[in-house]
Amino acid sequence: VNDDLYHAAIMTRASAAADDCRLTDADVSATVDNPLCGDRVTLDLRLDGDRIAAIGHRVRGCALCRASVAVIGETASGKTRDEVMDAETAMRALLEAGDVPADRWSVFEIFRPVADHPSRHGCVLLPFEALRNALNSLR
Amino acid sequence: MTFNADAVRAEFPIFAKPYNGAALHYLDNAATSQVPKPVVDAVANWEMGARANIRRGVYRLAEQATEAYENARQSVARYLDADPSEVIFTSGGTAALNLVAHAFGDTLRPGDEVVISELEHHSNIVPWQMLRDRRGIGFKVFPVTGEGRVDLAALGNLITDKCRLVAVSHVSNVTGSMTFVSPIVGAARSVGAKVLLDGCQRVPHGPIDVPGLGADFYALSGHKMFGPTGIGALWARRDVLEQMPPFLGGGEMIRSVTMEGATYESPPRRFEAGTPPVAQAIGLGAACDWLMGLDWPAISANELRLKRRLLDGLGRIKGARVIGPTTLQARLGVISFHLEGAHPHDICQILDGHGVALRGGHLCAQPLMDRFGLTGVTRASISLYNDDNDIDAFFAGLEEAVERLT
Repeated sequence: VNDDLYHAAIMTRASAAADDCRLTDADVSATVDNPLCGDRVTLDLRLDGDRIAAIGHRVRGCALCRASVAVIGETASGKTRDEVMDAETAMRALLEAGDVPADRWSVFEIFRPVADHPSRHGCVLLPFEALRNALNSLR
Repeated sequence: MTFNADAVRAEFPIFAKPYNGAALHYLDNAATSQVPKPVVDAVANWEMGARANIRRGVYRLAEQATEAYENARQSVARYLDADPSEVIFTSGGTAALNLVAHAFGDTLRPGDEVVISELEHHSNIVPWQMLRDRRGIGFKVFPVTGEGRVDLAALGNLITDKCRLVAVSHVSNVTGSMTFVSPIVGAARSVGAKVLLDGCQRVPHGPIDVPGLGADFYALSGHKMFGPTGIGALWARRDVLEQMPPFLGGGEMIRSVTMEGATYESPPRRFEAGTPPVAQAIGLGAACDWLMGLDWPAISANELRLKRRLLDGLGRIKGARVIGPTTLQARLGVISFHLEGAHPHDICQILDGHGVALRGGHLCAQPLMDRFGLTGVTRASISLYNDDNDIDAFFAGLEEAVERLT
């Protein structure tokens, strides 16, 4: 089962998000910590009207956390604030209940093996918490 | 002669059961040890055949319960080579440290200083920060050497006539280093300060002459030394205890109560308010009795051999760096390492696939992680039931982790 966690779709994204990619012209940033392990994620958002034009990041975290940051970058860019507000709910439902995500979040399926490891759910959800905090601070 | 861990391991029911269809290689002993059958039996026998509240009841069952509880105190005292009247049962190591921070802390005044070190567990940092904020005391910190020891070169600068307490780990839960206690005790004594040792990582590795260390307080945790969870103990010198006000108020710790006030019991009862964790205390006493019956020279030799294998093996892995002493002197089998390019949780996850239980992360020592410029480390910690199979499985798993994560 553990083998499934580190499949190619996860590891490719984990590598891609390993380096800092901060936005110098962000409209909003949010940083969250995982108190259990000390991991830290910072997300920057630049908006064009109501739409997310660009996402930057700095992540100090495990492969699952980094892959999650990469997936947010892939899926949230170009969407409106309202469109991304249910992203965290969709990911949580996948991890905790095995729910199939809506089409716009279909890439979340790469994290399905994590559902069997409750101690790792927080690794995937930490970047989503940062996204939520960033969006909420705009309101 | 090589120590055979099989006989000891046979006393631990958890190792008789397969773990995900294979053997369990338990190397997270610094977090929690496993529990041997004599301890389980002692708790179960009390719960099923001798359960009653202690001290107040005059019926025989209550008297037997009181006797069992006090016998447990004597067992812990024997293990520490101490007087039972100087042993206070707490709900754990953290509670023991907080007890001192409150009860001894209440005797401190603004401007007094407490000195800790950079390698402390959060439970020996946060209570002192809270005391600082409550009482306006000063707060100083020993730096840590490159090999993860309390840097005693700072003794003269840190321990001044304002110092009232030095509170440091006897053995680090991250680096495994043993703190050289004598110089600290000497410096503290010269200015009239007390010394507290967090002994949670030391006590699982054999009986110890705690009074002989020269310190004033010694905190320990039951679940790290083969006892139940929810129990720990604080040893303190009688004269120090006598001068400390209570921490928690309630039943058992008083002599009399009126609506105007209360008078308090003598130690150790003064510090055991309410019904204590009786079953857990009995379990801890049983653990101490069981430990006292083991062949410690043989166990220590086995642990030394396994430590050497871990340190030597990690030294051969490209990108691996031990956070702590790389030599065997004055260090216990708590071995943490950083593997370049791999996160501790990912390493632990892959090793779980090999049946190896490790701990990864900041290990409740974030200031020490900051000292080494790390977010977290991966830790393997040895106990008396570990053998070569555990170390073989560790390195097999680590090889896979290196291959997949770096």
